[in-house]
Amino acid sequence: MHKELRWKIPLILFVVVGFSWLAWPLEEKINLGLDLQGGVHLVLEVEAEEAVEFSMEQRKEDIKHALGDDDIEVDRVILNKDTNVIRVILVDAIDIKGAEDVLKNYTALEKKETLRGGLEMVYQLRDDEYEYIMDNAIQQALEVIRNRIDIVGLSEPTIQVQGTRRILVQFPGVDDPEKIIKLIGETARLEFKLIDESISAAAAKTRGVPPGSEILIEKVKDKAGKIIEEIPHVVKKRVLLTGDMLTGADVRFDNQLNEPYVAINFDSLGGSIFFEVTKNNVKKRLAIVLDDNVVSAPVINEPIAGGRASITGGFTTEDAKFLAIKLRAGALPAKLTMLENRTVGPSLGRDSVEAGINSIIIGMVAVVVFILIYYRLSGVVAVGALVLNLVILLGALAYFGASLTLPGIAGIILTVGMAIDANVLVFERIREEIRVGKTVRAAIDAGFAKAFRTIVDANVTTFIAAIVLFQFGTGPIKGFAITLCIGIAASMFTAVFVSRATFDTFMSRKKIERLSI
Amino acid sequence: MELIKKQTHIDFMGKFKAAMVFSGLLILTGIASIAMHGGLKYGIDFEGGTLVQLKFPEAPAIDSIRSGLREIGFADSTIQEFGSPEHILIRVIRAEGKLEAMGTKIKNALEEKKGFTGIIIERVEMVGPKVGKDLRMKALLSIVYAIIGIVIYISWRFELQYAIAAIIALLHDVMVTMGAFSVMDKEFTLVIVAAFLTIIGYSLNDTIVVFDRIRENTRRKSKESLSDTINTSINQTLSRTLLTSGTTLLVVVALFFLGGEIIHDFSFALLVGVVIGTYSSIFIASVFLVYWESRAHPKRPA
Repeated sequence: MHKELRWKIPLILFVVVGFSWLAWPLEEKINLGLDLQGGVHLVLEVEAEEAVEFSMEQRKEDIKHALGDDDIEVDRVILNKDTNVIRVILVDAIDIKGAEDVLKNYTALEKKETLRGGLEMVYQLRDDEYEYIMDNAIQQALEVIRNRIDIVGLSEPTIQVQGTRRILVQFPGVDDPEKIIKLIGETARLEFKLIDESISAAAAKTRGVPPGSEILIEKVKDKAGKIIEEIPHVVKKRVLLTGDMLTGADVRFDNQLNEPYVAINFDSLGGSIFFEVTKNNVKKRLAIVLDDNVVSAPVINEPIAGGRASITGGFTTEDAKFLAIKLRAGALPAKLTMLENRTVGPSLGRDSVEAGINSIIIGMVAVVVFILIYYRLSGVVAVGALVLNLVILLGALAYFGASLTLPGIAGIILTVGMAIDANVLVFERIREEIRVGKTVRAAIDAGFAKAFRTIVDANVTTFIAAIVLFQFGTGPIKGFAITLCIGIAASMFTAVFVSRATFDTFMSRKKIERLSI
Repeated sequence: MELIKKQTHIDFMGKFKAAMVFSGLLILTGIASIAMHGGLKYGIDFEGGTLVQLKFPEAPAIDSIRSGLREIGFADSTIQEFGSPEHILIRVIRAEGKLEAMGTKIKNALEEKKGFTGIIIERVEMVGPKVGKDLRMKALLSIVYAIIGIVIYISWRFELQYAIAAIIALLHDVMVTMGAFSVMDKEFTLVIVAAFLTIIGYSLNDTIVVFDRIRENTRRKSKESLSDTINTSINQTLSRTLLTSGTTLLVVVALFFLGGEIIHDFSFALLVGVVIGTYSSIFIASVFLVYWESRAHPKRPA
């Protein structure tokens, strides 16, 4: 026996068994990509500036009321949203000391200047505070999305931050992916505000909205969830209470109205604020505002203690269910913009898998038949190498936990076509050597030796292209690049090493006069 | 069995003029087609937009879909059959930044306003314009990086002029394939860029096998003119070139016909690329090698 074969054959057997073990059973070991099993790939951008804007708006309203509580007469408080500057304009400069004391409580703001002899004070949001709000918005958005997905109970989701303000969300097949996308993406900012009863909405439209109030719309829906009417309300801008202070939200059914509603529980602070608000505003209307739409605006009949409230608003069962989920998971700190959405339904995924497997089988059979006719017994060696190549490819995919995608299947097919190339290079070289009159032994030696360099050079260039592809590609394309890379590496091993060892094994058994090639 | 019985002695170099004319025509046709179409036709990956693939229980009337889309303000959408008449692909130019369920919206509009039933949303792809621009840049860069990496490798293993000749051949292949895409009115997507990078790799693979033989033969028979050496080398590697292209074509054809509609364009690109890549490694790369060598070493007869 050839000396080198003593270690080559065991090594090859080890590779065969090892990679088979990694890859089998295929259904369990190979992950299918989202395009094959159906699923959703989303890239969302957090409009974090909105979180800053929102918190500034809150501060502005708070400051106004805090100054009022201290009996400081304020002419106006103006917010510039672009520069994050709040200007406090007093009626009398005498109050400046007191006003400054009030504003000291707002540590996120720093005083820039005093204008007009102490009538106007300019405060700006500190840079570090700005950064903090921005970063916090991303983290909070990530957290809220994770919560919502957890509550819905999706399996194997991927949720991660990409770059500075993008969030990648992936999850495998569900029945109605678009519904889940909406659930993930809606801000769900719940606010309680008072209706401004000094003016009707119709009057406000013609005569202008009073300062400190705004017009918000209530969309009235029928039982099927279709919008049938849009009612405008004049609502005071000041937020009395938000959904941040909730401890729970559940769907209940109101038998009298024959419709579902969402029951919410406040935490202890929220509960006492709610009690205060309701106590001070009996007989007034309280607007329940969700993402700048009025859900309902009931009249407060009596102070509500106990921290419980209910939100009615002509919900369908599903609307109510999703609202409860969103309220439980918390509001998003800012709007999300969808940058990318790739959703594949489960049936299309199945079709793709089937088509892919069919083309692999047909392509493979065609190549095998061709090679067997062309190279006869040596062709068997090449086919063996090809099959081993596939085994290594699948095993490696399983080992790296890489997902098999539709382009990945194309990569496998391409590997089948190209892997045979290394064998072809060697075999053609051997034929040439035989033609010039070398013995079988010498021809094989020379063929492998001379073809080796060509094989390496030719494959390295494809490998470079595949690596670049991997770097640049997203999802499915990465899958293609991975299969191509593994395929190339595997084909060099099988064609050069395994085929060689196989020839050597045959040669060592008996003296072969004519090579079947 | 042997494809090529004996050593062939085809005068490839003598046919280079015909090859130049042929390639020139192919590339010009492509450029003319791209110009006539007003540039390359980008898919949503590079331009932004929304793609909705619907499956109807039975073949729907395209006109009816169009008027349904008009009613919800998507008059400028393109509607096409996708593989079979029951599968309809709708491309809406506008990409919604809002988290709107575009697929459901279209499905509902068609079911409520046009009386279709049982529509299944098979696929929705939305790419925002900002991402589209990013991706276009990334795709271009990736092709540039791949070419740079390959030039460095070939210059190191061979010589610079080999690298340049190889790059000319692969640019030729990419241009011809791009032209074919434009002539067939197919869209450029991310997956097509992947196909192009594969073609680049494949085209080089072929070219290098020939170059390798040229390098080997130049060392052995230095008396022969380079042009003759190249001719001999191409002839010696001819059966391998045809065989490998043949097996690759076999599988690509399988993919083209059986792989399904979604990777149809991808396999089309590969199909064109493999054929052109084989042709260019025989006719284009070598010709430029002779050209460069004769300029670098003017004394040697080219």
